[in-house]
Amino acid sequence: MRIPLSWLAEWADLPERSTPEDLHAALVRVGFEEETVHGGDLSGPVVVGEVLEFAEEPQKNGKTIRWCSVRVAPDGQHAADGGEAVRGIVCGARNFLVGDKVVVTLPGTILPGPFPIAARKTYGHVSDGMIASARELGLSDEHEGILRLTELGLDPEVGTDAIRLLGLDDAAVEINVTPDRGYALSIRGIAREYGASTGAAFRDPAAAVQPPDDRDTGAVPVVVDDATPIRGRAGCAVFVTRVVRGIDPAAPAPSWLASRLRLAGIRSISLPVDVTNYVMLELGQPLHGYDLDRLDGGLTVRRAEPGERLTTLDGQERTLHAEDLVIADLGGAVGLAGVMGGDRTELSGVTTDVVIEAANFDPVSIGRTARRHKLPSEASRRFERGVDPAVARAAAERAVRLLVELAGGTADDGQTWYDASVPPVPVLLPEGAVLARTGAAVTEAETRSALTVLGCALAERQEGLVVTPPTWRPDLAATEDLVEEVVRVVGYDRIPSELPVAPPGRGLTRAQRLRRSVGTVLAADGAVEIHSYPLVTPAAQDAFAPGPSMRIANPLDAGAPLLRRSLLPGLLDALRRNRGRGLPDLALAEIGAVFLPEPGGRYGTAELPPIGVRPAADLLARLRDDLPAQPLHVGVVLAGERIGKQPGQVAVPTDWRDAIEAAAAIGAAVGAAVEVRQATPAGFHPGRAAEVLVGGTVVGVAGELHPRLTEDVPGRVAAVEIDLEALIAATPAPPAVRPISPMPAATQDLSLVVATPVPAAEVLAAVREGAGALLEEVALIDDYRGAGLPDGTKSLTFALRFRADDRTLTAAEATAAKESGAALAAARTGAAIRE
Amino acid sequence: MSNATALDEATVESAVADALAAIDAAATGAELKAARIAHTGESSPLARLNARIRELAPADKPAAGKLMGAARGRVTAALAARETELERTEQAARLEAERVDVTAAAVRRLPGARHPLTLVREQVEDVFVAMGWEIVEGPELEHEWFNFDALNIDPDHPARSPQDTLFVEPEGAHLVLRTQTSPVQVRSLLERGAPLYVLGPGRVYRTDEIDATHLPVFNQFEGLAVDRGLTMANLRGTLEHLARLLFGDAARIRLRPNFFPFTEPSAEMDVWHPTAKGGARWIEWGGCGMVHPNVLRAAGVDPDEFQGFAFGLGIERTLQFAEGLTDMRDMIEGDVRFARQWGLTGR
Repeated sequence: MRIPLSWLAEWADLPERSTPEDLHAALVRVGFEEETVHGGDLSGPVVVGEVLEFAEEPQKNGKTIRWCSVRVAPDGQHAADGGEAVRGIVCGARNFLVGDKVVVTLPGTILPGPFPIAARKTYGHVSDGMIASARELGLSDEHEGILRLTELGLDPEVGTDAIRLLGLDDAAVEINVTPDRGYALSIRGIAREYGASTGAAFRDPAAAVQPPDDRDTGAVPVVVDDATPIRGRAGCAVFVTRVVRGIDPAAPAPSWLASRLRLAGIRSISLPVDVTNYVMLELGQPLHGYDLDRLDGGLTVRRAEPGERLTTLDGQERTLHAEDLVIADLGGAVGLAGVMGGDRTELSGVTTDVVIEAANFDPVSIGRTARRHKLPSEASRRFERGVDPAVARAAAERAVRLLVELAGGTADDGQTWYDASVPPVPVLLPEGAVLARTGAAVTEAETRSALTVLGCALAERQEGLVVTPPTWRPDLAATEDLVEEVVRVVGYDRIPSELPVAPPGRGLTRAQRLRRSVGTVLAADGAVEIHSYPLVTPAAQDAFAPGPSMRIANPLDAGAPLLRRSLLPGLLDALRRNRGRGLPDLALAEIGAVFLPEPGGRYGTAELPPIGVRPAADLLARLRDDLPAQPLHVGVVLAGERIGKQPGQVAVPTDWRDAIEAAAAIGAAVGAAVEVRQATPAGFHPGRAAEVLVGGTVVGVAGELHPRLTEDVPGRVAAVEIDLEALIAATPAPPAVRPISPMPAATQDLSLVVATPVPAAEVLAAVREGAGALLEEVALIDDYRGAGLPDGTKSLTFALRFRADDRTLTAAEATAAKESGAALAAARTGAAIRE
Repeated sequence: MSNATALDEATVESAVADALAAIDAAATGAELKAARIAHTGESSPLARLNARIRELAPADKPAAGKLMGAARGRVTAALAARETELERTEQAARLEAERVDVTAAAVRRLPGARHPLTLVREQVEDVFVAMGWEIVEGPELEHEWFNFDALNIDPDHPARSPQDTLFVEPEGAHLVLRTQTSPVQVRSLLERGAPLYVLGPGRVYRTDEIDATHLPVFNQFEGLAVDRGLTMANLRGTLEHLARLLFGDAARIRLRPNFFPFTEPSAEMDVWHPTAKGGARWIEWGGCGMVHPNVLRAAGVDPDEFQGFAFGLGIERTLQFAEGLTDMRDMIEGDVRFARQWGLTGR
């Protein structure tokens, strides 16, 4: 909403020399966020001039300029810049005649831009000023030629200050109006709010235009026939029509009116249209004008018929929806109620008899129609947020008077007045309610004053104030709403600062602590954490996590509509971006949710329970739980050199080992000893990938990515992805702590020959189990293949450490335990002790 | 056996002196070994002197034995000391030969880092946990009822249109990507009831185009306190406490009237950031207010007994002004140079 200062000053007492900044500050205080300032950025000697004569001079560049003699001050006086009363000015435009009154910017003027005007030599003359176009003055976008004041219906004295004449000294502040405050989309509403904020006197512009008496004489017959109200709300609450006949269709809008519309951001179209817009801005009541001659009978307010079509003012032919509220005459729809009129009955350049409509439509109905037809208009914006149902007749009266006054029309005596509006319901404001909810100590007098200035009617009761909100405040429906209004007016800075004391808490949950631990361990291990974009393409989804996907109905990027099932696509995107920026050696990590619907899973509910009520238990359970699993995953991708070439250090390229190591680090971070098992997960190298297990439960995958998916990345790309929630759930409680044995250890090595495909982990597990309780630790220290071994076999060497709790082990005892281990390995895997 | 003359103290002392001189002169292990043989071996003067004790009269033997014991002890001690000394010298030479350039040590680990958004999130979580609040989370893919209706947002509110909200198929199942962390309010109240003091950090989704100050996917904190007698003063106090811990003791909170369907009164919250880049100033931080009675009703909490406050802060926005960052896109591109500025623990 833009508010021209001069307009506001008409209805609220603005102090002399109030600046746009002052106004912003006053309005921010009561909840209107400041946006920007329009206009007010033109200064200097700008005067009305008269073209005395000119000579056309063709130029070498093909243009023809006019060398003009212009009078800029009455005979015998100095001009506003102190110079000659008649002077030479070069003008590039040719749309004027000798004798035309024009606007001259004399040297010293600063135009918006800023563009300073000075006497300057051009086309062989000294141009002592400039004849201005409407655009140069910031009046409009019109730049075909200069501004002729007759076009505005003006014939002022030569030398008149054109800044005052055209309202160029006025400025408008733009503020953001929250959706609950429809009334504030008007000068009337803002003037009242300004008064509430500053204490300045406010005059209600609606009260200044006394509408005719309450008779409904049916000037234009109106039938309101809403057969299918939306959500039980009638589409039309108020409908007022007035008729003005015999206006001059060519009458220009006066400059004060055009100037205010311009500052308010509305284009001047024609006087009758400008008048409807002006009244809408002033009173907040959208008006619509019909050409009476083009109306076929009376008006009906109804829902659109199936397949009904309407060409709106913007020239678009639209197929209407059964929920659209329309205004129709005998020939069909003539407008989308509260949104946009139709072109058949539009006010035109030959219209002399005008029907003014001032109606009140249901916010929900108008909002749906405006969105459905992608047609947000000044009118629909107001109706969606709520228009004062009691202002319709005053607005119609104001428009009628302006048309009579400015366009020479005659008003019909009659009016049509349909009014089914519901009066506001009183709300109780219990004593002490403001303090109890806000902590602000506000006196009774302040409370009454705040509510009164906003237009509420008050009645005292034993239990508190009974507050009847004004007709323009449908948002004041409960005690809390009144509390906000009181504190808003006295100022939010009256709310003190008191830290509340919460009951003792339990700290972070185990899962929350462990998630932090994983993040820290990975970072300490060299990984850089990223936050990637969680929507992916079908191709990426299929590559790394094939399966059912949740799909966005209205994705920002139509190519990436799926909620990710894996973190790897996002991590790879970041990997590529880093590589593109010259950073090839990478370890990237992410912790984030993935979305895992079950095959054939059905989610959500058909029901959507209403606001303000707790749904029944069974429905509530479905609302809460009927969602796909969204577990937190942790993912890591690695590429390039894991260790770079340095003095005494050869380069170590990334490979599958780094993924296994990262999996182990993630496990260690939550207290789990992870195991790996050869596997072929989607997206991974078929021979260099593993499932990651904890206690027999698969919690993730690790290994090298399939080269086909990383062709653009040199070398091998390693990756791990683990379901953090499954990992934490599978991690057993740590075993009971045992005292450590002080007895000496016995160490022995064991080499076993097995068939090559046998996993080392299986052999190791058999050795550990077979060796029994005396075995303290076993580690794989060599995997030898080649000379001295039968084809198709490998030799695995394990280092074993034995220890007893109560005695020094003999070599024989250690050997016997080792041989038991070897025996079990032989039985399970066919391993033979290497001779 | 004859009774020879007693041992001459001077002769013994002379032999010891010779031995000590030889030990002292030994510059290598080999020389020391030679000195040991020459002065403590079987044919050494001390050995020969010692052998004479047997020949002495019994009365002289104790004194002679004592004399020789002391003499040999001194020599043995000198040998040991010299041996240690020589070993140290030789080791020192060996170690000197092993000298390296410690500034050329190989770096075997890439410089890792946590994401600053995570660090800010944990920092704020810790502030609230220290006050006894608990950290709660909810699903990003959410039922429309929790994201809108339970929060008193009218079915026809414009924010519920596809222009603002990402809807999830199938149509009619009422699934959305949550547009705010506020659904966690209702989930927590339903699960735990009142009194309740919780902070819900998490990721939210809007249909915003990416630019320097907007991301379609970003993170928020949702704060919710519901108890008997809580007021908007408690809201201000809580936010002011957080602001001071994040931005210094001079930080303050300013509330401006605003509108949210789920709070009444509602406020826009500005923070006075005393150490902001470019100078101390007010910075828009987020929205807040007193929980609307309809939200409590939706969660089965009696608004006549309990009232509470709620606030929502953008984590990206907090990071942006806390660090004076001009472009939010750096936060989501995953360029390792960005996060590495924070390292493991933040700044």
